[in-house]
Amino acid sequence: MKDMNSKTDLYRANAIRVLCRITDGALLGQIERYIKQALVDKNVVVASAALVSGIHLLQSNPEIVKRWSNEVQEAVQSRSALVQFHALALLHQIRQNDRLAVSKLVTSLTRGSIRSPLAQCLLVRYTSQVIRETASGSQTGERPFYDFLEGCLRHKNDMVILEAARAITELNSVTSRELTPAITVLQLFLSSSKPVLRFAAVRTLNKVAMTHPLAVTNCNIDMESLISDQNRSIATLAITTLLKTGNESSVDRLMKQITNFMSDIADEFKIVVVEAIRSLCLKFPQKYRTLMNFLSNILREEGGFEYKKAIVDSILILIRDIPDAKDSGLSHLCEFIEDCEFSYLSTQILHFLGNEGPKTPDPSKYIRYIHNRVILENATVRASAVSALAKFGALVESLKPRILVLLRRCLYDNDDEVRDRATLYLSALEHGSQLEDKDFRADKFVFGSLDVPLANLEASLQAYVASEVRFDIHSVPKDAKAQPYAEKKAAGPKKPAKDTAMPVAANELSSSGVKSTDAYEKLLSSIPEFSTFGKLFKSSSPVELTEETEYEVNVVKHIYPGHVVLQFNCTNTIPEQLLENVHILVEIVEGDEFSEVVSKSLSSLPFNSPGQAFVAFEKPEGVYSLGKFANTMRFIVKEVDKDTGEVEDEGVEDEYQLEELEVLPSDYFLKKAVPNFKNAWENLSPEFERVDEYGLGVRENLNEAVQAVIEIFGLQPCEGTEVVPANARSHTCLLAGKFVGDISVLVRLSFGIDPQKQVAMKLSVRSEDQYVSDAIHEIISGA
Amino acid sequence: MEHSCPLIKNVLLLDSEGKRVAVKYFCDEWPSLASKLAFEKSIFAKTQRTNARTEAEIGMFDGYIVVYKFIADLHFYVTGGDDENELILATVLQGFFDAVSLLLRNNVDKRTVLENLDLIFLCIDEIVDGGIILETEANVIAAKVAMRGADADVPLSEQTISQALATAREHLARSLLK
Repeated sequence: MKDMNSKTDLYRANAIRVLCRITDGALLGQIERYIKQALVDKNVVVASAALVSGIHLLQSNPEIVKRWSNEVQEAVQSRSALVQFHALALLHQIRQNDRLAVSKLVTSLTRGSIRSPLAQCLLVRYTSQVIRETASGSQTGERPFYDFLEGCLRHKNDMVILEAARAITELNSVTSRELTPAITVLQLFLSSSKPVLRFAAVRTLNKVAMTHPLAVTNCNIDMESLISDQNRSIATLAITTLLKTGNESSVDRLMKQITNFMSDIADEFKIVVVEAIRSLCLKFPQKYRTLMNFLSNILREEGGFEYKKAIVDSILILIRDIPDAKDSGLSHLCEFIEDCEFSYLSTQILHFLGNEGPKTPDPSKYIRYIHNRVILENATVRASAVSALAKFGALVESLKPRILVLLRRCLYDNDDEVRDRATLYLSALEHGSQLEDKDFRADKFVFGSLDVPLANLEASLQAYVASEVRFDIHSVPKDAKAQPYAEKKAAGPKKPAKDTAMPVAANELSSSGVKSTDAYEKLLSSIPEFSTFGKLFKSSSPVELTEETEYEVNVVKHIYPGHVVLQFNCTNTIPEQLLENVHILVEIVEGDEFSEVVSKSLSSLPFNSPGQAFVAFEKPEGVYSLGKFANTMRFIVKEVDKDTGEVEDEGVEDEYQLEELEVLPSDYFLKKAVPNFKNAWENLSPEFERVDEYGLGVRENLNEAVQAVIEIFGLQPCEGTEVVPANARSHTCLLAGKFVGDISVLVRLSFGIDPQKQVAMKLSVRSEDQYVSDAIHEIISGA
Repeated sequence: MEHSCPLIKNVLLLDSEGKRVAVKYFCDEWPSLASKLAFEKSIFAKTQRTNARTEAEIGMFDGYIVVYKFIADLHFYVTGGDDENELILATVLQGFFDAVSLLLRNNVDKRTVLENLDLIFLCIDEIVDGGIILETEANVIAAKVAMRGADADVPLSEQTISQALATAREHLARSLLK
């Protein structure tokens, strides 16, 4: 402390720094006076030290530091460059949460003079922050700060220029016109002699290329020269940017250059390049031939596992998305597995070949490759080769006898797994053709997937191993969430990670409850009462019916052509209770078209393991019926001793009130995006078109009105028309979807807002059914 | 993308085999010594083959931007986050590099550095304080370090006496001239 007042400035500075590191709140109050003096000291070093310490102290004692803001304000005006820099940083930190103060600070300084380039950089950053925060508002707010940023582009110091260019490119709604000066500057940097500048420029251009590829095309020529740059990071960035901004003609040229280049760079860079090539190929499907050749060439070269895996994944994606490429892709992959040192990749490719090969026009040529694998490779690969052969045999009748011959040879293999698989497939294929049993079809057997979740299968198998009872796959519970309490306690450590993730807190339930429609379909079709309902049309996302209470219930609405099934996912969060015979009593408050058909209750609901109860309603087919339901949960509650897990014998009947549930029109519409709205509109005949105009009353802005209407319908906005530009006076929104019964619906909405904020909407509907078009209009007039 | 102040993550000085000479870390991203050593090893391996003697080179490794320069058998590195302004890092590196050259009277090699390790560490302290840049001009840094180094030999009391003597001499000279 004595040193703080010593004559030598250097001592004062360092004393302050040290003190501020080791001090706590109480001591800080005492020395505060000295620090305030130091903040405005004439000596640069002392002032800087005090300011920097202030920045550090802000983390721990913000109130005290905020009291110094006057002195800090003075310091900002100081003549020394670095003091200005530190003062600006500290001031900004102090005022960070107050947006107005920050913008005032920025305004005053942009007009004033900043001496230090570091301070200038800071100012640029704060300016862009202010712009970003005021972005949602008026357009005019951007302008003055933008001019400042542009002015910075011409600053003497490169640091500032770079910072300004980067800030401009990172503004959210930047137009190409605004980008051009920034990009010109970056282009100059590209040809600089200092690698640092080149790197910075390429990196920024890479980011820009993701959003505005056209703007970057001017720099392509400079970037091509960078491919051969010494610094490998720069070269890789240049290549990836070029790949993003390239057009079809340049692709060939690029490919040639890249081939020379790939041998130089390290594995991780190569993976980056491969991924860029993948996206390029998906953008230009016609060029798949050159790109596929390129990928297969690099696949043959030396490389690590990750690298080859990335290449194989890319080829697989290409085959999947570009049907023409399938043939050449498959042959490339076959050649690859002849020589592949990673059995993981070989098995993956063999599996894929097994799935896709039989569908090609000439499957027999792949058989040779696969059969070679059976003879030559290690056990894992041999096993998967056997599976692949079987799949060929199952699907392609003409090849079956030959496949059977090959499989018989596999019976003499050394490895157990290979022999087992060969036997299994042999019997399936041979007897499948002889068997009259309709249920057993060889191809379904070979290709089909398990109906039951793997986790449950494993659990059941473990139980089987311990017991004497014969194993029956039908007894494996199909419901992924069913997990008896006792088993959880007893089974112990050998469950896989998936299993232990099942008993989770209720909020994870709602996220795991958001399953895809396929999962719901499987679940519902496994319940015999619902199997007569037909095809599941749509399942809504879970709607919470309880707050943070003892029992958490959310409901999923499943829409069938003539029925509505409500699936109640219940979780018991009370450890001392076990609920039995849980069923939901649903009363129809509104909606006379519904009549309850089935109610399926949940037999047991232990602590923290979710379960489902179902209630099904019948409704007239093809009609969108709306309704409101009041729900009550009825159950028998039994006390559970937490420590021993014993359940009481006697239980008490109880009921629990849930919130009301509404069936909305949007439940009946499935979102389905249409790539080209205009074409689809033309294709639907105007016979079932209906046009009408509505007034939507007073709204805050157009965006709010548009969002509200989209939500009411539940249809999918197309071609990005759900985004309303700020301050727009009118907007057209295009919606597409399907109604129950697979009827396509297209809706065109034109909105207009007048100065009094009254919103008017013109609605035109085209669909395959007059009823649906009328329905759309009724919905909006009722809303 | 929100950052208030440009932050340096670490400053490293490694020898020609990648072993530490003088390092200082300003952030908690490498919590254990093992992770620090692993980081140093990896960036050394990746930059070993490049030639960064005339101009500072730059690279991106593991999500960090590293600016580096080599002289004789020493390797200087400055690391920042991946959204940092690279030129700021380069300026810091240059300042560090030049200040060290000034302090060691252009005799920058491993042996001299090891003999004057205290000066090097003082130098790093004067440039970056807890991640925030304090100073980037090599002259100023060297002056600060040198002044402290020189003063450390002379105890405080004697210094004031010598100052008093100096002031007295001045006064005497002035009065004589009048």
